[in-house]
Amino acid sequence: MQRFHDETGVRKGVEALAADIAAAFAPDAPLNIIGIRTRGEVLAQRIASLLQQRGYSKIARGVLDITFYRDDFPKNGPGRAILPTELNLELDDKPLLLVDDVLFTGRSTRAALNALIDFGRPSVIRLAVLVDRGGRELPIAADFVAYTMKDVPPSYRVSVHFVETDGADEIVIEPR
Amino acid sequence: MSKTAPQPWTRKHLLALEELSAGEINYVLETARSFAEVSTRSIKKVPALRGRVVVNLFFEDSTRTRTSFSLAASRLSADVIDFSARGSSVSKGETLIDTARNIEAMGVDIIVLRHPAAGAAHLLSRHVRCSVINAGDGAHEHPTQGLLDIYTIRQHFGRVEGLKVAIVGDIANSRVARSNLWGLRKLGAEVILVGPPTLLPRAFERLGARVVHNFDEVIGEVDVINMLRVQFERIQSSQFPSVGEFTGLFGLTRERFRRCKKDVFIMHPGPMNRGIEICSEIADGPHSGILTQVSNGLAIRMAVLYLVSQACERERAAGEAAAAVRHERPRPADRKHHP
Repeated sequence: MQRFHDETGVRKGVEALAADIAAAFAPDAPLNIIGIRTRGEVLAQRIASLLQQRGYSKIARGVLDITFYRDDFPKNGPGRAILPTELNLELDDKPLLLVDDVLFTGRSTRAALNALIDFGRPSVIRLAVLVDRGGRELPIAADFVAYTMKDVPPSYRVSVHFVETDGADEIVIEPR
Repeated sequence: MSKTAPQPWTRKHLLALEELSAGEINYVLETARSFAEVSTRSIKKVPALRGRVVVNLFFEDSTRTRTSFSLAASRLSADVIDFSARGSSVSKGETLIDTARNIEAMGVDIIVLRHPAAGAAHLLSRHVRCSVINAGDGAHEHPTQGLLDIYTIRQHFGRVEGLKVAIVGDIANSRVARSNLWGLRKLGAEVILVGPPTLLPRAFERLGARVVHNFDEVIGEVDVINMLRVQFERIQSSQFPSVGEFTGLFGLTRERFRRCKKDVFIMHPGPMNRGIEICSEIADGPHSGILTQVSNGLAIRMAVLYLVSQACERERAAGEAAAAVRHERPRPADRKHHP
């Protein structure tokens, strides 16, 4: 396992993301921030609190579990029990920021988009990720990226770890 | 919450709660929470079982269970076929296995079976490649009813362990009682079976239950009372004195209800004989979880359909991978591609 970024790197990455997002959305307008379970949820939470520190007052948060929408489950399904999606917010006609930790094939994003559309019709959906590791299998791109990693072989896994879920903040690369 | 951590699901059939571990039961209950959320959405449908076919193969009458399975399958985007034994080739003498194999040959992924013979689902599971879910086999088990009862209890109290659950009535003929008994015991509840000796043999003590023939003896100490339906269609006249006497001794009457714990939770798997095993006032009252049981049944059945289908899928993928390895041959390096 190779460590690509430590705690400082993760913090800087999240701060950079929040700054880019702040440049794109007005602080006094509503913004829905939805994290994809599990690491996307933590990242969304951190981005939301940074934005709130910057005076964003109309942020609503939600968590999306995309398991039912995946096209590769059970092969790549979660080892954990599925948890309920938590979207107790109004999606219609409001901008939505979708947050995930790593963007790879784009299939999770596709599943998340399908799920979101069942809940309402946001005015726009933007995608924020901490790491874009390339290797897309679908025509999907992120709007906000903290770190871009090129030429990571598909046989390697890029993982974002957070204190809340994994005990430490870091970005690591390891063979599958 | 039970202390046993959920244990990932690997079974392609759900046949009985007797064979499940506490961890597996908890896994189904956890998964059901996510499906309960789906039912609160304005679009109450997810694509989890898109392209799959579920057949309800019912050799006995049922309203609730069949409707619940059908709706659960539709909410998962599966296609549903309803098959009743009445008016089918079964009345022409076709066997259960032949009927099921013929249905399977049409490309069915999951068979939901209700049958009057105990063990029918187990038998079928050995003869078909698709998943089998037991929706009631004679007086043996009704696992999804057991799961939804336990889910409802856990939702109400926040735990199962340590609770005292009375199951009252015609225990001998009840698959609901057996599934509840197995599941509740595994999750650490105390199960007290209550009924007349003719409908409640002492043998149930060997399954870990307390057997009581006098309802009033335990009424003040139990947290949950699950009233079973008096199954007139299964009871022989010698087992049953009279409806009036049954109600007097084992019915949940207003008078008896007054001696219950203040926060007692009342359940009934339905269909109810109002005025016989339970009086209407209690069935429709604030202590009743009867309609919650029905809503929860939907979430439990979605979870079960989903989990067995995933397990079946994984088994198929593993089989294909093994076959691919067997057939792999080294390719000539200079092999030309045809245009």
